[in-house]
Amino acid sequence: MKQLSTKVTSNGHGQDSSYFLGWEEYEKNPYDEIKNPNGMIQMGLAENQLCFDLIESWLAKNPDAASLKRNGQSIFRELALFQDYHGMPEFKKAMAEFMEEIRGNRVTFDPKKIVLAAGSTSANETLMFCLAEPGDAFLLPTPYYPGFDRDLKWRTGAEIVPIHCSSSNGFQITEAALQQAYQQAHKLDLKVKGVLVTNPSNPLGTALTRRELNLLVDFITSKNIHLISDEIYSGTMFGFEQFISVMDVLKDKKLENTEVSKRVHVVYSLSKDLGLPGFRVGAIYSNDEMIVSAATKMSSFGLVSSQTQYLLSALLSDKKFTSQYLEENQKRLKSRQKQLVSGLESAGITCLRSNAGLFCWVDMRHLLDTNTFEAELDLWKKIVYNVKLNISPGSSCHCTEPGWFRVCFANMSEDTLDLALKRLKTFVESTDCGRMISRSSHERLKSLRKKTVSNWVFRVSWSDRVPDER
Amino acid sequence: MGLLSRNATCNTHGQDSSYFLGWEEYEKNPYDEINNPDGIIQMGLAENQLSFDLIESWLAKNPDATNFKREGQSIFRGLALFQDYHGLPSFKNAMADFMSENRGNRVSFDPKNLVLTAGATSANETLMFCLADSGDAFLLPTPYYPGFDRDLKWRTGVEIVPIKSTSANGFRITKSSLQEAYEQAQKLNLKVKGVLITNPSNPLGTTTTRTELNHLLDFISCKNIHLISDEIYSGTVFTSPGFISVMEVLKEKNLENTNVSKRVHIVYSLSKDLGLPGFRVGVIYSNDDIVVAAATKMSSFGLVSSQTQYLLSSLLSDKNFTANYLKENKIRLKIRHKKLVSGLEAIGIECLKSNAGLFCWVDMRHLLRSNTFEAEIELWKKIVYEVKLNISPGSSCHCNEPGWFRVCFANMNEETINVALNRLKMFVHGMSSTTRSQSEHQRLKSLRKMKMSNWVFRLSFHDREFDER
Repeated sequence: MKQLSTKVTSNGHGQDSSYFLGWEEYEKNPYDEIKNPNGMIQMGLAENQLCFDLIESWLAKNPDAASLKRNGQSIFRELALFQDYHGMPEFKKAMAEFMEEIRGNRVTFDPKKIVLAAGSTSANETLMFCLAEPGDAFLLPTPYYPGFDRDLKWRTGAEIVPIHCSSSNGFQITEAALQQAYQQAHKLDLKVKGVLVTNPSNPLGTALTRRELNLLVDFITSKNIHLISDEIYSGTMFGFEQFISVMDVLKDKKLENTEVSKRVHVVYSLSKDLGLPGFRVGAIYSNDEMIVSAATKMSSFGLVSSQTQYLLSALLSDKKFTSQYLEENQKRLKSRQKQLVSGLESAGITCLRSNAGLFCWVDMRHLLDTNTFEAELDLWKKIVYNVKLNISPGSSCHCTEPGWFRVCFANMSEDTLDLALKRLKTFVESTDCGRMISRSSHERLKSLRKKTVSNWVFRVSWSDRVPDER
Repeated sequence: MGLLSRNATCNTHGQDSSYFLGWEEYEKNPYDEINNPDGIIQMGLAENQLSFDLIESWLAKNPDATNFKREGQSIFRGLALFQDYHGLPSFKNAMADFMSENRGNRVSFDPKNLVLTAGATSANETLMFCLADSGDAFLLPTPYYPGFDRDLKWRTGVEIVPIKSTSANGFRITKSSLQEAYEQAQKLNLKVKGVLITNPSNPLGTTTTRTELNHLLDFISCKNIHLISDEIYSGTVFTSPGFISVMEVLKEKNLENTNVSKRVHIVYSLSKDLGLPGFRVGVIYSNDDIVVAAATKMSSFGLVSSQTQYLLSSLLSDKNFTANYLKENKIRLKIRHKKLVSGLEAIGIECLKSNAGLFCWVDMRHLLRSNTFEAEIELWKKIVYEVKLNISPGSSCHCNEPGWFRVCFANMNEETINVALNRLKMFVHGMSSTTRSQSEHQRLKSLRKMKMSNWVFRLSFHDREFDER
């Protein structure tokens, strides 16, 4: 008899994808400025390491928050026992206000409609359990965060049907693409329960436009389905434009307190804006009481540690800190993004014009041997194993066009980013000039070889660099 | 089209049960020695509040554990970024050692076989996802923790089939009750994937005997199924017989590193022994690499905060602390348990003889109006609404026999237990006169039917009977 569940024996966790394999390579040989300067530079991890100093200095001035005290008195017992899945009221209030602040206080969030979860990983899965049955589908615009394959589908049995976006219009969501995805789901005999977007987008680094948001709200209205907006990167918007949340659009369209607004849910987390993925803080925001109620009970499976709720409620309640942090964070992200973009430009590589996120969506189509995903993976392997940069290939994000890569910029120092850019530039330059020559050379040598030139001649003239010839 | 999933709209979350309703009543009117001395005393929450001072004094001596410093250096960034689902190595090492210490170092735990989860709630659900498909079943001895109905079944689609136990033999698991449960599952067309026990037991407060553990291992060997042993109360065994973990029995039967041992999994948590339910620290321990690998990935849905992992790895790495804590905790639990048991005895109420846990399994069968669950709920409501004690009725724990209640003793101070016992005493003494007034009640009812005027009826009839309002 089969001993373990099908969840365990299938590959639904999605972790055989290259997204995760690149990580493994990095783990084996991680770059260190001093100890391992030739190691792999991690550019596949969307972490925000730019503003820790701001939090550290706040912690130094506010020691009670971490040491389980309030006004100098120990509140250890209270925190040790606090396991109410409704969450710490002060923390939910501070979260609601922080979310409002990020949206320029144009919309309000009611703390009673917030459900805390152990990270947005947990929040997204919980929403799936609340909104979909096994076999139901959610539509997601491509390219999307590879983790969704696990988070949304693995244990829930839900399916993802892609909304194909292309570079021809900057990967924006179109009405045609939405309809096509919906019909595709029908062809596959899947009941569509909703659309899930990440705004700002991972991996694109772009915020959804008002036009796209209007399209989405109209679409879910007409199909009577849900819209989940994962706004985990909302505090990383550094462009000239303001971040527009789906909540803004509901307000502008005067749809607040309507049936449609009950089908719009926001997911948030402190892992990207505040750079605290280790603390496992996520949130679901919904206008539907039943969902809030069900999700609250489900949060039992992933509550936020009371120790952490307390620390962060103190941090986020400090409005001086939050406004200074948000402003400074944006500045630093903007300058780091610029460093990456211009560095790539000087290597002849362009990026999708972005205004948010911790990464750029990089166009390396011109470096592909052929316009295929095999060629993309070939290029990716070269970049990982030879250039020693772990970046994420577009195929792992379900991009429909080969040649795009997500490259992170906020998880390393300026110097490391410089070094990475130098390595890439060197690689591109050798490939560009080298390739034209070496390819025809390669062909010639191959035929020569067939004409019995001895192996040692072949080996001496041929570079190690192309693995398929080893 | 249904807009929400069945999960969201059904009540398999189990929270309409009396177990949770009692909590709600308490929330409305909580006892406070000073501010609300007539409020409801919470005796339905299995929390351990007896040894906080030990942890507080450790915290006072070890400020680095909470202020993000290690040897004077800031480690904030490392912790802020640490989201590796393999868990903080120092924490897993400390947990493995602590679990070993709890078992008198008679067995050892390999940190690599440990998976950290946000509480035992998360651990148990995750194990279900790993071991069973929707529609499969696990066998659980009754009475069992009401939360299992949600934790094991709700989102997983797994079924629970009870292994019925009775007071006739102290609620022990027998070969025949195991077999009967298995056959019942088959009658219901359910594929049995394993057995789940809680050892020490919640709500019984007893440790599983070696005989029972042997029966269980023989049973799962023969049926080729899993055994999950939720040992969340392992550090609360305060008197003999001592705690025997299923891991020890595997060792004694020379079954380590066999296929059977791969089907034995342990769940643990710091919520009961250390009294830290708010910190969300649970553990799965398995000898099966595939289960460890899958559960590790699934733990992404409920990781332990790195801030908390760091604090607890410091705490549990301090062997002076752990040795002293485990010892002192047991002494205090023993005393508090005795207080409750003798206090109840003095009122003519007995408990199942217990040696562990944060509660007693109390026999109130003699106080029931009839040997039915309706009578049990009636009694329970009286105790909640009139005596103002929130205790848990056995039916909420799927007990087979009416009249048993779980009463917690470790989540309040001594004075409060005294108050609770006094109230109960008054209630029980009042009850014997109620028995008189009950027959009086019957007489008055028939009199009423004989057209006695309402005002006579109302004067003689006590408010207490709800069903007559």
